[in-house]
Amino acid sequence: MPDGVALRIIQRMMKNAVEVRDLHVVRGPHTVLEHLDVTIGGGVTGLLGPSGCGKSTLMRCLVGVQRIQGGTVEVFGLPAGSRPLRDRVGYVTQAVSVYKDLTVAENLHFFARVLGAGHDEVDRVVAAVDLGDHRDDVVGRLSGGQQSRASLAVALLDQPDLLVLDEPTVGLDPVLREDLWSLFHRLADAGVAVFVSSHVMDEAERCDRLLLMREGRILADGSPEQIKSAAGVDDVEAAFLALVRRAAA
Amino acid sequence: MNARITLAVAGRVLVQLRRDHRTLAMLLVLPCVLISLMWWMYDDANPLLFDRIGPALLAMFPVIVMFLVTSVTTLRERSSGTLERLLAMPMGKLDFLVGYAIAFGLVAAVQSVLAVAVSIGLLDLELAGPVWLLTVVAVVDAILGSALGLFVSAFAQTEFQAVQFMPAIVIPQLLLCGLLVPRDRLPDALNGLSDVLPLSYAVDAMQHLTTSTSTGQVWRDIAVVGAFAVAGLAFGAATLRRRTP
Repeated sequence: MPDGVALRIIQRMMKNAVEVRDLHVVRGPHTVLEHLDVTIGGGVTGLLGPSGCGKSTLMRCLVGVQRIQGGTVEVFGLPAGSRPLRDRVGYVTQAVSVYKDLTVAENLHFFARVLGAGHDEVDRVVAAVDLGDHRDDVVGRLSGGQQSRASLAVALLDQPDLLVLDEPTVGLDPVLREDLWSLFHRLADAGVAVFVSSHVMDEAERCDRLLLMREGRILADGSPEQIKSAAGVDDVEAAFLALVRRAAA
Repeated sequence: MNARITLAVAGRVLVQLRRDHRTLAMLLVLPCVLISLMWWMYDDANPLLFDRIGPALLAMFPVIVMFLVTSVTTLRERSSGTLERLLAMPMGKLDFLVGYAIAFGLVAAVQSVLAVAVSIGLLDLELAGPVWLLTVVAVVDAILGSALGLFVSAFAQTEFQAVQFMPAIVIPQLLLCGLLVPRDRLPDALNGLSDVLPLSYAVDAMQHLTTSTSTGQVWRDIAVVGAFAVAGLAFGAATLRRRTP
């Protein structure tokens, strides 16, 4: 067995894909993350919270593009953003970060070459995000939902071990959202750690594990059922409100 | 640096340009039109003047055009999130910059060949030195323009601001490069200033090629312009940050 493959298997067996310790991030005059401790393991982990609570900043820390003021972020036991991790972590920013003047296929072929992935990968990810009919369309002429799926397809290239997805389902129709959540679960079943953010509370139910975030802190951490029963309510949105009130009291 | 990734960037930039017919036409046709306009202006008044100004124009256009195109496209990469995504992938900063330099260098080579062909073929510009060397100078000029554009794009937040750097960085060089007043007839202070501006060397190289068959001086000028381009790329690499606040 080649070393790389063995390494991947060992790392997937390790409990946590991500370990964040005492993470402190200041952006301009605002403290965005305050001494945050969090771990992310296998399965689909959802990061939920209102817009501006620090979700994107935490995700940027995991892929190593955020300047941090303190603490450590480790991914598969290595410092986040270090060279061996860069083809193992798939990342989708909130913006559609593909070239709008290129076709879906041209974008994917380009990113596949950067990652050193084979060109059959392009067909695989096009099918995964269901863009087969729009493969040769220029991204700028696609609908918003199709554009964000094109951006998601890039993150799926080269079969990453950790997927960091910043609000990948914004603006998608319910059927498509359903499809994407099934895709996330299929990937998670195959051993990929999937970390998805959302500000839509009804997506929470689809996660194996939830992190509720507000003002740079984790309010709650557990399965949707655990969080609901701890708050004594039957939906996640109500749980979020109850937890905020409890914290303020 | 990684050749596969560098070439991927260069190839991608070229495909984007091919898609954008209007920009491509402007890049290739506009310099020829403007040089022809200059020739026409001087045709009755002072035909000999065109022989002095033509070479300077051939040195200037690649710098101006590539400066604008590069500063705007790099800024677009920064603001669209594609740069952040690439830097989270196994891409080195130099892969990105050199990839751009290769793509725009190739466009500049085509642009220069066309401009040189028009100048010599149609407008009777006299050239003493070899034509291929004139093209080499033009390509190095274009890389200089790209390097300067990459560098300033770090200091602009919007495309609008990026365009404003053109009067700040490029026009002073145009004024002092020997196009309007030969450099040795400038006031001493300005002559000294023109000695540290890269475009002066680019224009010197072009003018030398039109008057002399010796190439030693031209290679020295090319080396100076190339050094400025490398410095620009190095500063540009320093401004590309993997981690941003």
